[in-house]
Order: sequence, then C-alpha cells, then structure tokens
Amino acid sequence: MKTGFHGKKKLCGFLFTALLSMAVLGGCADGTGESSEDNSIVVGIQQDIDSLDPHKATAAGTKEILFNIFEGLVKPDENGSLINALASDYTISEDGLVYTFALREGVKFHNGNAVTAEDVKYSLERVSGLLDGTPLISTLSTIQAVDIIDEHTVQVTVGSANTELIYSFVAAIIPAGSGEEEGTDPIGTGPFSFVSYEPLKGITLAKNPDYWQEGLPKLDSVEFRIMGDGDTALMELQGGTVDFYAYLTDSQAQALKNSHQVLSSPTNMVQALFLNNAVEPLNDVRVRQAISYALDKNEINDFVAGGNGTLISSAMLPTLKEYYVDLNDTYGSAANVEKAMELMADAGYADGFDLEIAIVSDYPFHMQTGEVIVEQLKKIGINAAIKGMDNNTWLEQVYNGRNFEATITALTSDMTPGYLMNRFVTDSKKNFINFQSAEYDEIYLKAQNALDPEEKAGYYKELQKILCDEAGSVFIQTPANQTAISKSLAGYKFYPVYVQDMSTVYIAE
Amino acid sequence: MRKKNGSKWNKYLYAGAVMTGIALLLGVVGFFWTPCSTTAMSAGEKFSPPSLGHIFGTDNFGRDIFSRVMKGLGTTIAVSSLVVLFSGAVGILLGALTGYFGGIGDEIVMRITDAVNGFPSILLTLVIISLLGSGRQNVIISLGIVFAPSFVRIVRSEFIRLRDADYIRRARLMGAGSFRILFVHILPNIFSVFWISVMIGFNNAILAESGMSYLGIGVQPPDASLGNMLSDAQGYLQSAPWCALAPGLTIVWVVLGFSLFGEGIRRKAAEE
Repeated sequence: MKTGFHGKKKLCGFLFTALLSMAVLGGCADGTGESSEDNSIVVGIQQDIDSLDPHKATAAGTKEILFNIFEGLVKPDENGSLINALASDYTISEDGLVYTFALREGVKFHNGNAVTAEDVKYSLERVSGLLDGTPLISTLSTIQAVDIIDEHTVQVTVGSANTELIYSFVAAIIPAGSGEEEGTDPIGTGPFSFVSYEPLKGITLAKNPDYWQEGLPKLDSVEFRIMGDGDTALMELQGGTVDFYAYLTDSQAQALKNSHQVLSSPTNMVQALFLNNAVEPLNDVRVRQAISYALDKNEINDFVAGGNGTLISSAMLPTLKEYYVDLNDTYGSAANVEKAMELMADAGYADGFDLEIAIVSDYPFHMQTGEVIVEQLKKIGINAAIKGMDNNTWLEQVYNGRNFEATITALTSDMTPGYLMNRFVTDSKKNFINFQSAEYDEIYLKAQNALDPEEKAGYYKELQKILCDEAGSVFIQTPANQTAISKSLAGYKFYPVYVQDMSTVYIAE
Repeated sequence: MRKKNGSKWNKYLYAGAVMTGIALLLGVVGFFWTPCSTTAMSAGEKFSPPSLGHIFGTDNFGRDIFSRVMKGLGTTIAVSSLVVLFSGAVGILLGALTGYFGGIGDEIVMRITDAVNGFPSILLTLVIISLLGSGRQNVIISLGIVFAPSFVRIVRSEFIRLRDADYIRRARLMGAGSFRILFVHILPNIFSVFWISVMIGFNNAILAESGMSYLGIGVQPPDASLGNMLSDAQGYLQSAPWCALAPGLTIVWVVLGFSLFGEGIRRKAAEE
C-alpha cells in the first residue's frame, strides 16, 4: 500500500540538517538546472524501484513509472476509464467468459520487433500462472486458456464471469520468452524505452521514436531521480535541478506556490481512523458510531490537508462516479458531541476509555491527523494516545498481526470498485479491522457476480452504506495529491489512478 | 581557601547558574501549569507570529508555542533527570565496587562497558528502542543503559585513586568495614569530579531526548517535547520560522547553561 505524499524523516540531528541545507542552498545558487536546455526533464520520486519486471512490481511508486515503458491490451485514460492500447478492439461474450482481442497493427517493441499474437499469449500466460503455475497478477489467475485465432486476434477464456476483470488486462505485454530478462533489461511498447537504472539513484528513460500514438511522446528523455526526503526534494525544486515532484505536503506546496505550478488532484487513497472491530470496547457498534460522530472531519481536512481533501464516509473513491454514493450526512462533517456522548452512555462508557492509535511515525500526514483526532476524542471522554512505530513494525503488528486498537493510514484503491470493498468481507485476508457483517458478505458476492452494470452499482452502494452505518471504521478523506511542476513545462495530465504519464509533457518555453 | 582569579570562575558559575535556574524554573512550572493549553487546537490562530498574546507565536494547529516550550522543557528535564539518576546510581554502585576491589569482577564490568562504549551511543539507543518500542519510559531506560558506562568509568578511576590514600589505609587499619570505607570515606571525596560528569551527562541526556523525540521515537505527539516540536516545525521553516526558533533556542539555552555551570564547578574545584 502506498502512502506517498509524506516526506521521510532522516536520521540526523537538526544541526547537521541546518549545515547540510546551507551547503546545498549555497551549492545551487547558480542553478537554473541543466535539464531545461535539451528536451529532457528530471522527475523527483520518493522511493526506489522494487522491480523492473512489470509483472512482478508491486509498489505503486514503481508502477506509476513503468506506465511509461509498458502497455497492456487496454490502458486507463485520464478519466479513469479504459481505452484500447495494444488491442484495437475487444469483445466480451454474452456469458462474460470469453474475451476476444483484436491486436493493433504496426505496433513495435522497443527492440524493433513487431508485437505478435505470440507475445500476447506469452504475456497473459505468464501473469495468469498458466506458464509455470504461479500467477503473478492474482486477478488474472482466473484465465483458463489463451488461444491464438489468427495473427491479429487472441481469445482469452476465463473461469468465472466478472465485469471488473477487463481492468486487469492493463497487464503489460512483453516479448515472448523475455520473462527472465525483464528484470534487468525491460522491453515494452510504451512511449518511453528503458535506458538505465541505478539502485537508490534513479531510472532514465528515452523517447520511443516508433510509438504508435502519433506525435507522442514529446520529450526526448525523462530521468526519475530518487529524492532522499521531502526537504531535499523541496530544495532541488527550488534550485531548479528537479522539474517535477508529486505528493507534496501542504507546507511544501505553500512554499512552492509562487515559484512553480502547484496542481492539486484527487488521489486514489482512502484515509481513515481504522478501528479494530474485534477488541473491546470497539466491538460495540455504538462506540464506533460515537467515535464517528465525535470526529470533526472539516477540521481535520483544514489542519492537515489545507482543505484540499475530499471528505468521505465509506471505503469508495468519489472518482469512481458510477459506484460512489455520498454518505457524509450519516454522521455529519462537523462534530456532534451530544449524539456521541449519548451513544457512549448507551454503550456503558459514559466515563470514556483509553484508546491507543498506532501510526507509522514517518508519515507526518497521518501523525498530524492523529494529533487532531486525539484532541477531538477528548471531548467525549476518550483518552486517546498515539503510538508511533516504523513501517515494518506497523505491518507486522497492525496490518498482518491485527494486534491493535486503532490506526490511521490510507488504503490505495485501483479503478475497480471491488478492490477496497473486498477488504471488509469477513474472511478476507485483507480485512485487518475484523469487520463482521453477514449481510455485507452476501451483498459483496452478489456485486461480484452481477453482470448488469446498474445492478452492480446498486450493490456496491448498499455495501458502502452498511460499512458506514455499522461504522466499521471512521473514513475521513481522500487526500489531494499536490504536484509541483516547473513553470516551463506544460501538457501534464492527472490520472485518478497511480500513474505518472510523461508522454504528453512538453517544454513550453 | 585562596581566592586567586576569583572573578574568573564566578563568571562561568554565575552565568550558568542564572541560565540553568531560569530554564529549570520554566520547566518545573511548565510540567504542572502552562499559560495556555498545550494541546487545544484553534484553526483561527494557525501560524500567528509572536505577539503579546502568544509571545512565541502559534504552530500549525494554532497551539501556543510558549506553553508548549514550557511543557516540553518540563518533560525533557524530567526525562533527563531520571536518566542521569539511573545511570549515576549504576555508575556509583558499579564504579565503587570495581574500583575498590578490582579483580575478576572489575575485568568483567570493564569489558562490558568497553563493549557498550564501542557503539555510537545514538545507534545503541535506537537498537534498544526498536526492541522495547517507542515511548517516554523506554527512552529513559535506553538512555540510562547507554549513559551508565561513562559514570562507571569516572567513579571507578576516582576509587582507584583514593583506595590507597593514607586516610583510607588508616580507616582500614582501624577495622572499618568495606561498606563504610566505600560510601562514607571515599564517596564524599569524589563528588567534585562526579558533579561535573553529572552536568555533562545531563546535557547529553537533554540532547539525546530531544533527538529521540525529533525522530519520533521519544515523547509521542500531541504531548509537547522540544524534539518533536522541532521536527514538526521543520516543514514550516520558510513560512513560519518562529515555530522552529523557540524550541531550538530553548535547547541551546539549556545546554549552554548547564555547560557553563559545569565549567564553573570544575574551575572552582580546580582552585580549591
């Protein structure tokens, strides 16, 4: 799960930081940056690449870069809907079990070879596990067979009908038999080709001159450079050595407002105060509702996100418009202390209780949210305390161990509505809050099997309502992603999913 | 006692005493009472620059920085005192026994302190914290463990110096028990040296505690501590510099005060 826009704290004293910053500031006093002279840019990124193999990469931060190198049969556009990429057209059989893809003609891999049906078959068999038994992309493990109909047509047969499956065909198409080499020398069909990668330093891409979309990409090369932390990124942006940096904190955005274009877009994350439904007293729905009433989400948004976040009350992204239902009136966006106190008294906790909130201390965004929440919970007698921990401890104790009372984090969603909703099915492995509702489980199954889009949307709306009414957790906001872009650049398009599409960017000056 | 160059040590001692006194007063008062609440937030007063109402300004949650500095100072001083108390007590006990008796016990304890000293102290505290988990009491325990060896060494070398002094030999001849010799005859005579190491230890403890909180493993927010105030303020250095200035200068003030005070004591002892 990616919790991007938070700078990492570094392990050195503040004096050292001060000295270092003086040195760096002094060092780049002359800097307009070497990057703007030729037709290339430098993009600051927050973490290292976990794998160059598009089928094995799991980190969202890696996938958003690999988006520039690889393409699937279909790919997302800036509205979050799918467009044809390597497939020029596709049809899905009536029963939802057979997908027929017509391949786009004249598309070439970065190594100059044309994309053939063989390559598609190999790629899909690799990700679905038909090749060696281990599926690399779990949603595609439902694929039963991949058949080549003719040179430009591939037919895929799946085990069960699911209208959300088409989103999984964004999986990268790679040259047949190249699976072993992808990790070191990735070859795809995207607008940029791979040039070099250095661990902890970054990855450089160059223009793919044979790209099938006319006129793209506009830049000759893009370097993704790993920034030590948010402060380094800020200084490099100000010095002009980095042209583009996403996931700014609100204070960084304020500092860059005058010197850069700072653009805000919704993220695909759901931030919440997650409550462990299995421990006392949070196993009482009245207590969870009381906490929902007690939180003032407007205040949280103002304090930690500069008012840029979008308030939510259940685990669905507002950008998934067909499925989203606005439930913010259920508990209100401001605090309702009276109602909360009433529920607390009902549940037998009129005097309140102690609550421990586990938060990864490297994420100032969640830590600050925690500070505000601790203060808000005091008003209904809950004595909350923050327990800061490192990410590994958090994963071990909270996320996998489920040994916690409450935690603040953000869950990442993809474009399918079921991705987050699946987390709250009683026996889901990802249901780390131990949410239990037989009704929810039943409707989730119905939603999965529904073929009619409207019926499906209806089920998902019901799911959101159950999760909200039962106060499975207190959903707060989808944070805004604030991106700083050098004033000389234009053409960047935001996506409602984690991708950084550099193909449309150009230097305007 | 002759008072040669009297004004020289006076300067250090008095300046140190005054600075330390002010810091201690603020800290002790802040531990129990502050002019404004240290946690109550107010959106309207976010990032107010220093003014009469808030002499150090307010932070990103609209909290009064002066009150938070007082409270943070109180917490820091309390934590540091406990650290020094713990490591000082361990130092006196082990240092006295090993210095006076020597032998195999001395060897074992010294090799252990060598081992502890072998690691950079901040790294060792981080290791201990990662085993125990973050939080105030764990910071006290880990810093106590890391600081103890230097006290052990100082006390031990003083006991070695004094164990063969004439008056100790006489006390032994008179049949005084070991316990009496250790803690009644020798101990009072090492205090001038011991106090200086307490001062230095206290300084280091304040810096270490602030460092821990800065890294987010010491005092947990929203409780105030100088370290986590600095770490929060780092993001607002350009837009609201007063957020970092107040806790930063406070740390400088306290550490400088204690250093001067320690130096004053050292000079005074040297004169005598």
